[in-house]
Formats: sequence, structure tokens, C-alpha cells
Amino acid sequence: MIREYFRVLSVDLSSGRKTITDIDGRDAVAGGSGLAAMLFEKYGTFDKLWDDPGQPLIFAIGPLTGYFPLMSKTVCAFKSPYHDQYAESHAGGRSALSLRFADYDALVITGRAKTPSALIVGSRQIEIKDVHYLWGTDLYSAGKVLRRVLPGSGHRTILRIGPAGERQSPMACINADSYRHFGRLGAGAVMGSKNLKAIMIHGDGSFPLPEGSEYVKVFDKVYKDMTDTDMMSKYHNLGTPGNVRVMNDLKALPIRNLQATADPATEGISGERFAEVALLRNAACAGCPVGCIHIGFVRERFREENRYIYRQISYDHELIFAVGSMLGVMDCFEVLKLIDVAERMGLDVMSPGVALAWATEALEKGIITEKETLVPLAFGNSASYQAALQHMAYGTNEFYQILSQSTAKAAERYGGGDFACALGQEMAGYATGEAFFVSQALGFRHSHLDAGGYSYDQKPKGKQVEDALKFLVNDEKGRVFLTSMVSCLFARGVYTDEVLGDCLKSVGYGTLADNMGKVSEDIQRLRWKLRVRSGYRPESVSIPQRFSEITTWKGQVDRQFMEALKAGYAQAILELAGV
Amino acid sequence: MKILTTPRMERCIGCHSCSLACARLVHKRLSWDTAGIRIKSSGGLSTGFEARTCLACDPAPCVAACPTAAYSQRKGGGVVVRKKLCIRCGACAKACPVDAIYLDTALEPYVCIHCGRCVPFCPHDCLEHTELSRGATPAIREAAVDGEVEP
Repeated sequence: MIREYFRVLSVDLSSGRKTITDIDGRDAVAGGSGLAAMLFEKYGTFDKLWDDPGQPLIFAIGPLTGYFPLMSKTVCAFKSPYHDQYAESHAGGRSALSLRFADYDALVITGRAKTPSALIVGSRQIEIKDVHYLWGTDLYSAGKVLRRVLPGSGHRTILRIGPAGERQSPMACINADSYRHFGRLGAGAVMGSKNLKAIMIHGDGSFPLPEGSEYVKVFDKVYKDMTDTDMMSKYHNLGTPGNVRVMNDLKALPIRNLQATADPATEGISGERFAEVALLRNAACAGCPVGCIHIGFVRERFREENRYIYRQISYDHELIFAVGSMLGVMDCFEVLKLIDVAERMGLDVMSPGVALAWATEALEKGIITEKETLVPLAFGNSASYQAALQHMAYGTNEFYQILSQSTAKAAERYGGGDFACALGQEMAGYATGEAFFVSQALGFRHSHLDAGGYSYDQKPKGKQVEDALKFLVNDEKGRVFLTSMVSCLFARGVYTDEVLGDCLKSVGYGTLADNMGKVSEDIQRLRWKLRVRSGYRPESVSIPQRFSEITTWKGQVDRQFMEALKAGYAQAILELAGV
Repeated sequence: MKILTTPRMERCIGCHSCSLACARLVHKRLSWDTAGIRIKSSGGLSTGFEARTCLACDPAPCVAACPTAAYSQRKGGGVVVRKKLCIRCGACAKACPVDAIYLDTALEPYVCIHCGRCVPFCPHDCLEHTELSRGATPAIREAAVDGEVEP
């Protein structure tokens, strides 16, 4: 509902206490990323570890959630098990609209449940339910039972974790409605540490429309722009997997632990190939007519006679890169099988894929042996990787326990740091050059979505540190406002400042609309302040040697430029944090 | 008179744009519930989504059940709604054989009035506002859209 304050539901799993609080700050932090940061400052403890029961797990939506198309994402904020610092992860599915219609701007979960539990939230219900019988189940089995035992079928979101989250691996994700994920930086482990197997949010409320006719007019214009123009076609045609061929043609696709950046064999896992043979259907986040979710299938023969089962698995560029090109697996069905295993285990797909690429090269080089890896990891050997992903989820031995924390920690323990493809966390699927590497290595979420470094790399701007710095800082500022609304970043071409201003005004947030520039700058500063206060030292981040050994369409990566940009960006971050 | 049909729900991606449009434009609400068309994921043997919406009965059981004539028979199927006459008894929703009528917490009923305003918001053309007689199979309706079959 439109209101000047935030309506926040906090649930303490230890005591069972539930509190609804009205919190001021709409015009200062907007919602989403800004609201989550404000709530972490209120509920979080900087000098305690991420798994301290008192630490909050926050889900926040924005002022435009549900009111406009593609305002369909939720920001999840927490102290990350990956680096024990403040972090965000974003997802869609039905999570954002469910929280909107349950009538909360944010949900804050603290404490630790006595038994494995599910939290049920709606506009007229809040309940902590014992689901000890689900502990240890994979995501699919848990999903089937949860859909049956939780109330309110249909207009609800079910967020859940798998065995990796229960074991509190920093690579554990929170799955949202089967096909979307709060993937990175270990939000799944935070749920695990709280003994929380699932969260169900029932979007069972409804609200009067904003007054006047302006809202419907602005909605129609935005909807038309989202659906009629070509701007969004790349997302609903091939989807993000269209990037595989594009990156390969640019010599910017990380292949076999980034030992190569182009290979004709990647045609077997291109978006075009997926669409031709493996695409089963599309799906959308609630509130998004674009429908970028691409769902493929794998079928599995389980008896000699022709007996099969099949599963539906969503795929994206990042996943195809992480368990496809990075592992030398160049067949789309084998890639889907690997995604399927990671999904079942409740692992993020990207980090484990990149970690296994490092492990494969480490095994090749004799730094580790099969005694550690348990299976013969080799580029292209999908069966071994399927087994290894399960070892990572369950932490079968010491090696997998360390590897499932991070590639950097494994390299610290066993050696091979030069070829560990980590940029703050395991890399994303863009080997475009210096600006992207610096952007991910130092960026707030260590994500390709923090700032468009990959796109800067593709512009013929030369290598001016000042120019690149300005781009990274300003681009982050723009994106942080979008993630405070909370928009899908695919809509950034449509949601210009002018359009966002119109949207905000049309629903009654005129003050916010008039101060967008200042508010986004303040949110950017607040997030960095929290990150630095929780222990982040951007100046000490290093970029492994492998990243300067590669050649892209622009030639060899320029280490000197990259180091200068890194130093400058670290300084800019510290300045934003007020240090 | 035209009715709303959902002949191509296999194409539905679950964006809820139709429900949100109905709530916004017809009922002046922000909601995916208080709408004449509502989307649910369909589990079981089939996958994907199904639409809960009025199938344009004639005669309509909800009309027979309504004690105040707030619901009256619409020509071509479905109902004409006079909200002022509604006493929030919920009898219409109970009488509907396909669960097409949504009752909010105050027992106010929401039903499709076959106005077709949701149709342009479906990105995959799952919906149709059509004069076709009831009983035509989806395949025939689709062919009719392509101009191959005379309605």
C-alpha cells in the first residue's frame, strides 16, 4: 500500500515473538536496497559473526513493487557467510508481489528456531510451523511437501533451502518458487543457521488504487514500452543465454577455468542451441510480462526397457557459463543435468561451477589428487561434476568442505591461487576486460550487476582510469536506485530517471521523485558504510594472475591499467563509505 | 455479446498481467485476487498455469443463487453485476461450479464481466474476447482467429 512510512514485520524465531512496526524513512531510503540497509543498521550486529542467532535475515520490496511492470524483485540482505560482511542478494519469482499483497514493506527474521521450521506470513496470518520431517530433503522433495502442507495455494511464494543451506555452506542459495534464486553470497546458509527450511508468504491482501487518473495512464505507457518495443526482445527471445555466442565471438567467454576465451565447441551450449533442442517453455516473475525465464528439460532413463523420467530446469547465461564453458561441458543437456543437481542440493550454480573449474586445473597440475576430489574431475566430464556437486553440498570430505566455502579458501589451503577465478567471489560469465574484472572484484555484491563494467569494456573509450572510475561510480548509483524500487535490472532501459519520476509521482511519492539523485547517492553511501563497517577492505582485494593472462578481442589484458583502476575504485569506495 | 475466453492457456507464463489489469481497470484495486480472472499454477500431471474465470453460463447458477438480483443474466452468457444491490452473502461464489467468483475478506464478490479489458495485457495471446458460440473447441477458435473457420 502507498504510505509514507515502512510497515515492517519482524519475527524472532527464538522466542516466537512477531512484531509489526511502522518505521519512518520512505523519502530517505526509498525501499529495497535502501530499506534493507537501514534495517540492517537497526537489527544487525557488526561485531558478531554472521551465524549469531541475533543477526537479521531481511527481505525488502520497494515503493513501486506490484504497481508497475518488472517491479518484481525482492532484496534479501544479511551478514554473509562468504565473507562475514554485509551483503545483498536479489530474486524475483512471486516473492515481491507476495510480500506486497501480504502488506509488508519488509520482513526481518532474527533468532533460531528450536526445531527445523517453516515461517508462514500473510496479511492475516503469521505462524512458525514445525517441519522437522523436511530437514535433509532436497529442494524438489521439500517443494512438493511444502506446497501441500502450507496454506494458501496460488498467490504465494515459497522460499526454501536444500541440504547445502542446512549444512550452512556459503555457496547455498535460497530457492524462490522453483525457478528463481537468492543465489549468491550464502543467503541459504543464513536460513540454515536459523533452522529455517522454508518461508511462505501469502499475498492475500488487496488495496485501493492511488487517487486520480495519472497512475493508470503512466502504467499503460510503461507497459507499452516494456512489451511493444524491441528493447526487451533479447530477454524473451533467447534470454540471457544469447550472451554465450556473443561473448564467444568477442573472445570474452570464460572457458575451462578461463584458460581460453573462445572455442567453437561452445556452439553446443549457445542460447540458439538451447532454444532449438532443449527449451520446453517460458515463465515469468509475477508482475513481469517479459517472461525471461527459460525452462529446459532433461530426461533420464531409469530402466533398460524404455522407461524415462523428465525434469524441468531453468537456465540462464550465468549458469551455462559456470557449469558449461567453465567446466568444458559443451552439450546443453549435460549442462542442464549439472544445473539440476545443484538445484536439488540448494547450491548456487555459479560459485560451485567456478570452484570445480579451479579444482579440475589443480588436479591436472598435481596440486591436489583424486584422494581429495574423490572423482576424476576432468574438463568435459559431466558425470564427475554431477558427483562433485553433491560432495560440495554435503561436505563429504575436508577438501569439499573447504571448496564449498570458496575457491579462494581452497587455494589458500592447497595452493593454485594464481588460477583461482575469484573476483570477490567466483567470477561471472564475462571475460570482457579490466573494467569488469575490477567492478566485480570490488563491487558491493561482487556481481556483474553492480555496475556495467562489462559494457564499459565493450565501448571504444580507451583506458582512462578517471573516465572508467566515473562510469563505475555513477552506474552503481543509478542501479542502486533501481534496486531500491525494486526493479528487475533488465528493465533499466525503460526505467529512465524521467520515467521513474513519473511512476513515483503517479502513486503519490512526489517528494521521493523530486529527490531521486540525492536519495540514490545516500543509499549508495549507506550500503558502502555498512559494508566497510562490517569489515570490508577494498584496498586489500587482489585480482588473480589468470585474469591478466587472457586475450580478448581487444588483445591482452592490461595489468597496469587494471591495477590503477582497482586502486582508484577502492579509494572511491572508501570515500563513499565516509572513511 | 462477446465473452472472455481463455483458449491458449498453454502459453501462459504466469505474469499475472491480466489479473492486475482487471483489478486496476475494472475494480480500481491493486490486487491479483480481486479480479475477474485469476491465474494459478497447475500442478499434478500437467504443468504451467490455469485461469480461474467465468465460463459465461447461460443460465448462470450464480444468478439463480443471488437473493437480491445484484447478479442478473447477461445476454450471451455470464452476469450483469449491480454492486449496490449486493448484501455480501457469498451465495454466488458457493453456487459457481468452477470457482470463478472471488470473495474478499468483506465477502464482496469479484467476477468477470466479460468486458475484455484484460486481453491486450496478455503478452502471449492466451485470452480472447469473442462472439464465438460456447462449445467450440480451442482448435476451432484458433482457426477462426486465423480466418479459416466461419464462426
